[in-house]
Amino acid sequence: MPLLSVKDLTIYFNTDEGQITAVEDVSFDVRRGEILGIVGESGSGKSVSTKSLMMLNGRNSQISPESRLILETDDGPVDIASLSHVKDLRLVRGHSISMIFQEPMASFAPAVKIGKQMVEQLLIHTDLDKTTAKARSIEILSRVGIPDPELRFNQFSFELSGGMRQRAMIAMALSTRPKLLIADEPTTALDVTIQAQVLALIKDLVAEFDMSVILITHDLGVIAQTADRVAVMYLGRIVEQGTTRDVITSPQHPYTQGLINSRPSLDHFEDPLTPLSGDLPSPLERPQGCVFHTRCAHAIKGLCDTQKPPVIGVAGQDPTDEDAHNTSCHLLSPSASEQVLVS
Amino acid sequence: MSALIDIDNLSVSYQIGSSLFGARQKIEVLSDISLQIKKGQFFGLVGESGSGKSTLGKALLQAAPISGGRITSHITDTPLEVASLKGQALKDYRKSAQMIFQDPYSSLNPRMTIRDIIAEPLEVMGLAQSREETDQKVREIARQCRLNLEHLRRFPHAFSGGQRQRIAIARALVSEPELIIADESVAALDVSTQADILNLLKSIQSSKGLTFFFISHDLSVVAHVCDVVAVMYLGQIVEIAPKKSLFAMPRHPYTKALLASVPSLDLDQKLEPNLIEGEIPSVAAPPEGCRIHTRCPHATALCISTPPMMQQDEAGHSVACHHWATLPA
Repeated sequence: MPLLSVKDLTIYFNTDEGQITAVEDVSFDVRRGEILGIVGESGSGKSVSTKSLMMLNGRNSQISPESRLILETDDGPVDIASLSHVKDLRLVRGHSISMIFQEPMASFAPAVKIGKQMVEQLLIHTDLDKTTAKARSIEILSRVGIPDPELRFNQFSFELSGGMRQRAMIAMALSTRPKLLIADEPTTALDVTIQAQVLALIKDLVAEFDMSVILITHDLGVIAQTADRVAVMYLGRIVEQGTTRDVITSPQHPYTQGLINSRPSLDHFEDPLTPLSGDLPSPLERPQGCVFHTRCAHAIKGLCDTQKPPVIGVAGQDPTDEDAHNTSCHLLSPSASEQVLVS
Repeated sequence: MSALIDIDNLSVSYQIGSSLFGARQKIEVLSDISLQIKKGQFFGLVGESGSGKSTLGKALLQAAPISGGRITSHITDTPLEVASLKGQALKDYRKSAQMIFQDPYSSLNPRMTIRDIIAEPLEVMGLAQSREETDQKVREIARQCRLNLEHLRRFPHAFSGGQRQRIAIARALVSEPELIIADESVAALDVSTQADILNLLKSIQSSKGLTFFFISHDLSVVAHVCDVVAVMYLGQIVEIAPKKSLFAMPRHPYTKALLASVPSLDLDQKLEPNLIEGEIPSVAAPPEGCRIHTRCPHATALCISTPPMMQQDEAGHSVACHHWATLPA
């Protein structure tokens, strides 16, 4: 049983300009003790799909009725999509699932001491009393590598550096012992040396706290160095999914290949960069058929621009297998190649 | 290649706070910077946040308070001392040195059309005699930056990040500058568009023979586009070298740590977070001696007491470290 099973997740936003499909038919599992990476560019829906796990997408969002977000809890499986009351959601938010964000300055209340914020959530989500909550908070601040935790406990977030703030954020998220940590671009605002420290910390904590992590990032390098499995998103759909090794060493979807070829790298800095052609379509003009066909060099007229590609297992794998390498591309599906031959 | 900009022992200081009596506190954010930018070079400057790389870019335009040393421009036939430029002379200098900023969402006026945004430098600097000439120059530069000419009457909100950055580049190029200062100009873009903008900058540089001063925190980006790279730490330059030499054989422990921290697609790479410890100290109270000694695992008593001198070899690889020659590779 995976810890979390997302099935056919579709999310709409109602805006002044009309309804926008932000996430479409997204399915993935998160197993116990694994780091699942979700990689994509801006507008790919990576943040929106994970925010829906805590129902944080705001009032103008709408989850389609077919969507299933099954979370294993101590009291059995719960469908998060069916929870509507704030009181029910409290079992998920900050209890089973915690979240850390890109900009730790914006995620702490600026006028409340860090320690008070940490103790407050422990009082809400656990049975600890004030003294033990304080002790647990200081203990975990020290565990995430914050020197002088007693001092930091009594400081405000602006008194910490960027790296320390992100460590404090992680400490706060982990103090309730969540089963799942969602890390949304946790190192994007940090310098590389600090990023390496924070990624190493997250990897260590997964084993120590026996939790799972969804790591959202735009950087495939971060995925390669931390995630066990990865889902690649483009315009609200998962276009490729599999173990990190499979997806990075033998990418199948043209978009994944494009991401890798356009990425500057220290190992091949003499090679030219190959940008993806064209621009990201506006969410109001979402392409029909395969969402990537407007920028795909291999798109087949009459097929890719009209029909949604099915999810297929790479090299004959069963796409429902645990570690299967899946992709959604007409070019790789056996029936489509026949059509190409015919035309 | 001849020198375009010579920077000698440059210092930049900001005054902070205010006191009714007595002097205000001075923070030296750049100290004793010396480097040379050659004509036609793609010069890269890397460093972590707080290292002073943007300040150095601003100082080149006299947009930061220069408190010591000199910046000499060889853009015109007679060399100019940038710090002492005033009035019309400063305006003329800035025509020849333009800046491209990081965020194309905040650097374009939302109430101006693309045509007006690109034409503004021409009007402000008096570089076009008539509206027809302005229009013609705008269209020419927009074409070179691969903007759709039919889009010139639109407003910035209609464009994606990559398109906006192309507009910002067109605006910087329209006054036909010699030197472009690009401050984190691709940092806000997605990788697929970032590659497009980098290729555009490179092709403009080679077709027009421009000189670029390219500021970035991203070592892989710098490795792809720059010819010579300088590494900054806490207001000082710790290493300068031709690109190949810097990335293949880094000498300074800080440069080595930066390179080892960049996550690569090699699944068997081991990120090494501990080559450099802790975080960058405040520039208001920089450490004595070698400024990196508080984070450097190789630091000795000498590093704590004495700042290292820049040592340059014949190949133009300079490093400021007491112990670089004896450190493990």
